[in-house]
Amino acid sequence: MREGLRYQTFSRRALLLAGFQGLALAALGARLYYLSVVNGEKYRLRADKNRISIRLIAPERGEIFDRNGEKLATNTQDLRVLLVPEQTDQLQPTLKKVQEIIEIDDRRLARIERRIKRQRQFVPVTLAQGLDWQTFSRLNVEIPRLPGVQTDAGLSRLYPGGNSIAHLIGYMSSPDDEDVAKSPLYQLPGFKVGRQGLERRYEPQLRGASGTRRVEVNAVGREIRELPPREEAARGGDLHLTLDMALQRYVFDQLGEEAAGVVVLDVANGDVLAMASSPGYDPNEFTRGISNANWQSLLKDPRSPLLNKSVSGQYPPGSTIKMIVALAALEQGLISADSTYFCNGKHRLGDHTFHCWQNRGHGKMDMMQAVANSCDVYFYKIAEQLDIDLIADMAKRFGLGATFGVGVGGEKEGLVPTRDWKRIYQQRSWQLGETLNVAIGQGAMLATPLQLAVMTARLATGMAVVPRLVSGDHDVAAFFPALDVNPFHLATVQRTMAMVMEPGGTAHDYARKKSAIAQAGKTGTAQVRRITLEERAGDGGVIDNAELPWKSRDHALFVGYAPVEAPKIAVSVVVQHGGGGSSVAAPLARKIMDFTLAEKPKPSTPVDQV
Amino acid sequence: MGTARMFGPRRVEKPVLQRIAGLNWGVVLANVLLAAAGFAMLYSVANGTWDPWASRQMLRFGVALMVMLVIAVIDIRYWMAIAYPAWFLGIMLLVAVELVGDTGMGGRRWLDIGFMRLQPSELVKIATVMALARYFHGRNYFQSRSLRSLLVPLLLLIIPLALVVRQPDLGTALMIVVGGVAVMFLAGVPAWLFVVSGVAITAAIPVAWQFLRDYQRDRILTFIDPESDPLGAGYQIAQSKIAIGSGGTTGKGFLEGTQSHLNFLPEMKTDFIFTALVEEFGLMGAAIVLALYGIVLGYGLLMGIGCRNQFGRLLASGLAVSLFLYVLINVGMVMGLLPVVGVPLPLISYGGSAMLTWMVAYGLILSVSTHRHVTIAPKGSGII
Repeated sequence: MREGLRYQTFSRRALLLAGFQGLALAALGARLYYLSVVNGEKYRLRADKNRISIRLIAPERGEIFDRNGEKLATNTQDLRVLLVPEQTDQLQPTLKKVQEIIEIDDRRLARIERRIKRQRQFVPVTLAQGLDWQTFSRLNVEIPRLPGVQTDAGLSRLYPGGNSIAHLIGYMSSPDDEDVAKSPLYQLPGFKVGRQGLERRYEPQLRGASGTRRVEVNAVGREIRELPPREEAARGGDLHLTLDMALQRYVFDQLGEEAAGVVVLDVANGDVLAMASSPGYDPNEFTRGISNANWQSLLKDPRSPLLNKSVSGQYPPGSTIKMIVALAALEQGLISADSTYFCNGKHRLGDHTFHCWQNRGHGKMDMMQAVANSCDVYFYKIAEQLDIDLIADMAKRFGLGATFGVGVGGEKEGLVPTRDWKRIYQQRSWQLGETLNVAIGQGAMLATPLQLAVMTARLATGMAVVPRLVSGDHDVAAFFPALDVNPFHLATVQRTMAMVMEPGGTAHDYARKKSAIAQAGKTGTAQVRRITLEERAGDGGVIDNAELPWKSRDHALFVGYAPVEAPKIAVSVVVQHGGGGSSVAAPLARKIMDFTLAEKPKPSTPVDQV
Repeated sequence: MGTARMFGPRRVEKPVLQRIAGLNWGVVLANVLLAAAGFAMLYSVANGTWDPWASRQMLRFGVALMVMLVIAVIDIRYWMAIAYPAWFLGIMLLVAVELVGDTGMGGRRWLDIGFMRLQPSELVKIATVMALARYFHGRNYFQSRSLRSLLVPLLLLIIPLALVVRQPDLGTALMIVVGGVAVMFLAGVPAWLFVVSGVAITAAIPVAWQFLRDYQRDRILTFIDPESDPLGAGYQIAQSKIAIGSGGTTGKGFLEGTQSHLNFLPEMKTDFIFTALVEEFGLMGAAIVLALYGIVLGYGLLMGIGCRNQFGRLLASGLAVSLFLYVLINVGMVMGLLPVVGVPLPLISYGGSAMLTWMVAYGLILSVSTHRHVTIAPKGSGII
């Protein structure tokens, strides 16, 4: 009886619990239905959003060519070794083992460790790049023992021209925060940005456009596979330069160890055939990541290898300015080509004596002789009658004080002093003595080798030649407007420049007599120190450059064009603290002009529209 | 069939082979099918490889299946005889865990005994139900209804409960309570007592809140408002719901689950394996699995109705309710119906403890079934 009651109770209650179980299962089923059928579409979208990620494809960078199609900047296979922090069990021992095979200096190691800490653990970090095949294959053999280490052949920038062209091209380096804000491409591992020179100026064109691909990613963002379709990246546009690499290399070699800037222009169309700055540096080293020691030595070198002297170096033009002064005087009708002045070695103005470089004087000089001999006294006398603003105006017409935007960056304006300039920047009024100094290219006036080359090209043609380094930056020659100068006066000045190279001229012995082609030019020797009266009066007279410390020596300058009768090229040479314009700059310019004309540069490559 | 025949003194002792043959092979097969679903999912979440999970799980299941069958053919009176000792051993082990146990998931749960790690709370889940069934077996209808006879069962329940809560292991504590309460309910303890207790416990929740660990509170809070913490604790639930929902009616196909294969799902080989299953096999696959659980546990719960001894009745049903709770909590959790309490889905989730518990418990249920015609005196069987 009791057992029966107990049994009944149990059965009743067991059925009740079974009912509850059934209800609970039904509730689970209903929830399932709600999630997967009622809201199925919503969750499907969310699952896709989880797993599909849009990734950028890095474009191949455009190349840079010279006028003959020689590659100045190209992309090469770069053998690299990468580390995926996530896949290595122990970071430090792995790094140590890698270091047994390749050298990683402390600074780089610190940078690597910083990166590993900062970025997500599945993003590879570059341990070393630019490996040679031997090291690369040794690493590949060791890979099984090095968890997380990968080898990879990517693209990296190569500058076959190396030192000779560093200042024009620039280099590539890792993007900074500012770059990253400009384009998401810069976030890609290993993607670099152009620094300095053309690489920087033409970055948007060279870089190209990113492509996109859809990838399936896992929860931590690692890529699992690619899902079509893929939008390929657009390769960057190539850059064709007017430069003649053979000439550039020749010029650079000729400069040797000197601190110098040289520009060679095609006077017909302003093509920059060569633009050299010495000493150079290896842009490849910068792209790879320069070592601290090398960087310091570049910074400390008194010859400032990092400076592009051809556009950023500003020098007193010295006697190369004399054509401008002569032209200004001719245009003012103050003198004619036949006007003569007597040079006794010095010129007095008030209580100050201005000296000619030729201490004993040149005697009676007309304009031809004065330019050929670079007589200073002759130009003091002209300058006395000329207003500084007239000289400045003429200088500006010939391109001094201007920048041309050739694209290499760092172009300086130089300085063409005027009365206003003096008033504004020095709060004083102009003194006549200063005009005399400017007339021989000393004083405040400064010019860059590029400006001097433009000046020479304009003197040679009478056209407002504008230089260009990138083909297609402006249209061809014929459209340069004529300068507002009397052609007869210009012809006179051209004749004086030819005389410089003739027997008796300052450059004859050093240059013309060794050349087969008739050249015209002007030497310049720019003083960088003050010569005291005592020194002049002393036993040895003015101290010879060779006996002075390098920093105190004169700058040697030469500007010239050739051939005399039908000018094709113009050249400017500035050798910083090089000594005399005749002995140092003129021979260099002569060789460069000879080489250029012997080369017969082809017309620049058909314009690649950008 | 009159009551006299049903409850009259009768001992049936069939030979072992006959007992094996007499097992309900249908439910055994249902268990195997559930485990097989687990193997398939472990194979899938390992990206289509047997190693390391599926193969080990199969090995474990093989052993557990043997254990279950052995338990099933052992006489129910033997199990009744060891009910109290088993409970006592469980308590001892819990105390030992308290003193020297290994820590995992923020609490002490394991006892390392050299060749394996023992989880005494698993034993306690079963032993508590056994001890309570044993106790009520010895109480007749009226005794079962008297308040005085509640003293011993409450001790049998509260002692292990207190030790488990201290670990702290909320999931196990819940299962012990529900298993124990189910036995008491089925034994005939007055229904109003459960209502009153329910009200009292509800009132006590704010007090209990004070004793919860931070991670337990987080789980409950996250359950109430998962969106409040989409990257932290809520992330698991959110991703699990996405996986389940995106599976749709028929699923993404075997080995095609994106949420699981791309690691968006947390703990997918253990607590969230049901999610991975629904993602790949959809509503249909999930319904089949739930139906199998329903069959297996419904059998356990209702089988007692045909049993001639109260111990067997209470044991089978109590264990069935307890096991059902496993399923309910896990499935409810992954679908965002219940808080994330870290209860695996037995037979399917990777891991030995839950599987062994399930198979031992189910072995006992089968033993009850095999020996359902055995009658046992209130004071015990006397076979030991």
